[in-house]
Amino acid sequence: MSRPAQTPDGPGVKAADPVVLGLDGLDALITKLSESGYEVKGPVSRGGAVVPGSISGVDDLPAGVHDEQSPGGYRLAQGDDGRLFAWAVGPGSWKGEFFPAHQEVWRARASDEAIEFTEAAREAAPLAIVGARPCEFRALEVLDRVLKDGAYRDPRYADRREAAFVAVVECASPASTCFCTSMGTGPGIEGGFDLALTEIDDEGGHRFVVRVGSEDGSEMLDSVPSTKADAGDLEARARVLEGAAANMGRHLQTEGLAGLLARNMDHPRWSDVGERCLSCGNCTLVCPTCFCSDVHDTTDISGESSRARVWSSCFDLDHSYLHGGAVRASCSSRYRQWMTHKLSTWWDQFDTSGCVGCGRCVTWCPVGIDITEEAAFIAASDGATRVSPPSTRGGS
Amino acid sequence: MSSTSNSDVRPTLAVWKFASCDGCQLSLLDCEQELLALTGAVRIAHFTEMSRATVSGPYDISLVEGSITTPDDVERIKEVRANSRHLVTIGACAASGGIQALRNFVEPGSYASAVYAHPEYLETLETSTPISAHVAVDYELHGCPIDRHQLLEVLLAFLAGRRPVVAGHSVCQECKARSTVCLLVSDKTACLGPVTRAGCGALCPSVARGCFGCFGPSDCANVASLTARLRLLGSSDGELDRLLQTFNAAAPAFRSAVGVGRAAAVSLGQSRSPSHEGAER
Ligand code: SF4
Ligand code: SF4
Ligand code: SF4
Ligand code: SF4
Repeated sequence: MSRPAQTPDGPGVKAADPVVLGLDGLDALITKLSESGYEVKGPVSRGGAVVPGSISGVDDLPAGVHDEQSPGGYRLAQGDDGRLFAWAVGPGSWKGEFFPAHQEVWRARASDEAIEFTEAAREAAPLAIVGARPCEFRALEVLDRVLKDGAYRDPRYADRREAAFVAVVECASPASTCFCTSMGTGPGIEGGFDLALTEIDDEGGHRFVVRVGSEDGSEMLDSVPSTKADAGDLEARARVLEGAAANMGRHLQTEGLAGLLARNMDHPRWSDVGERCLSCGNCTLVCPTCFCSDVHDTTDISGESSRARVWSSCFDLDHSYLHGGAVRASCSSRYRQWMTHKLSTWWDQFDTSGCVGCGRCVTWCPVGIDITEEAAFIAASDGATRVSPPSTRGGS
Repeated sequence: MSSTSNSDVRPTLAVWKFASCDGCQLSLLDCEQELLALTGAVRIAHFTEMSRATVSGPYDISLVEGSITTPDDVERIKEVRANSRHLVTIGACAASGGIQALRNFVEPGSYASAVYAHPEYLETLETSTPISAHVAVDYELHGCPIDRHQLLEVLLAFLAGRRPVVAGHSVCQECKARSTVCLLVSDKTACLGPVTRAGCGALCPSVARGCFGCFGPSDCANVASLTARLRLLGSSDGELDRLLQTFNAAAPAFRSAVGVGRAAAVSLGQSRSPSHEGAER
């Protein structure tokens, strides 16, 4: 991906004009991607949730699947409609495809003369995603700043990202935990993608309005049966997005938020959330932008050693272990670290918010801790301080 | 390096059993494929479940299974410690007292008289306690039983002189790493995973079963918050108490959350039906 279309928004240019695909067209697109050498993945309904999985055609997509989400709650329901994308994001984000939970980096074997290093094998085929949501695409761009375009490039992440093709599907059915409108990351998307689809199911039929965002996108659409989108199709798309924005479940007041949190490091709310938080780390692992990892060096019985990069979480005691102990030994200090990083210090480090408003951390927190609610509480009592200064050690 | 008199330079390994079911020792035999290679690197000097042939100590590394439940155990663990350069406990019994530690919380002798026809022939302590309550422990491996990959990892780390890669975080992180959809969130299943130490690879949730905490509390377990949530999702106080009173019943983080629901109810002046009592069944 990422070669922009020659004339991304140029009116009257055939390649960049929105087109309409039917289900057969979408199926043909998936086939075309696969025939072009991509490993094609998309949302599938598995184990009670919509998660990333391999797809070989539209039949693999979650037709008629709807979700109900709440803080600490998630349920799928099967409808009799045939809509393929009538759900909001599930627990598995696309982060895992580029930044896997466990990734071997190298192996080494020592002989009498030398230590011989072998780089671990990489995925052979580039990845094509059909059906990433706008917030998820923006989350990948946030990760890019950290792992690809910043000072510490992760070559495995970067290579796989650069080779990937992404067809985004805009959101029609946000969950009660979604707040992408607050973060400017959805429910629609403009730019960056290879293709952007909007699912429409009205009197005009079940179809997808497709916009092209890159040369690769236009190439993949080439032999796919499509028609030119007319004004009615584009209006239908606008209605879908308006409806989605109107149904946004949550809101985060972002104006002044980074500064608000930065000046409220002693707010009593941190102790309160520290009592509720389990330090389980679910929020960080479902978050599409959390990138913390650890390095595991192991040896086997044959004398070979291996280095792997594995997911880690700021909710782990080990995560802040320095000489003599953990710096963030209390749960409140760990939650504060997580939330202030997402919403405040991420700006200082990466010039962007670390949160795209996908709502995963809210839904998949076993005790339903809600980042928007915590932020709103602090905003409403700006400047409150604890009676005694907080300790980063001991208790919560 | 080796404590034996011959020219064998392999470090020696000994396995000891206290009050336990042998399941954790079996994990060593369970390392079928790696076992042969392992014996090339360590000399298994004392492991009566495997062989009657034993070599006298001291030993370079001792694996200790089981809890301390008799006056004899109290003395024997001191001998084991004195004869071991490194002492690694294996399993929930050794780490927290095991399921037999349930006796710690009832009238002394009441379990023994319920189980044995002639409890007067027994000579036991009133409590079942972890190895660390009696001697210095160099490393604790958790689980009921332990995970054989973790056991191998500790032995390999010992051989290489490095730190074992063994996590102290929650089982939830293993669910996420293997893409198991959370049962608690998606199905309201009572799951102790958020407060349980990782190590099993999130075995139970992967087969749609809530975690019952066999690896004991994680590093930062906040059990009271989890049980409050599970109560909201429909677990009764009795169910929660039973969930917390299994293989790691005496682990302080689990123990401290037992009876909390009922205590709260009593302080509110509510009466509870007998079916909510933890002692039923
Ligand atoms: S912090 Fe929460 S809402 Fe924001 S991107 Fe991460 S998981 Fe999504
Ligand atoms: S905020 Fe929720 S998901 Fe995150 S560590 Fe705390 S309890 Fe776990
Ligand atoms: S199923 Fe249990 S262990 Fe797994 S993520 Fe959910 S609460 Fe944690
Ligand atoms: S999921 Fe829980 S109960 Fe099951 S094996 Fe793992 S630690 Fe033990």
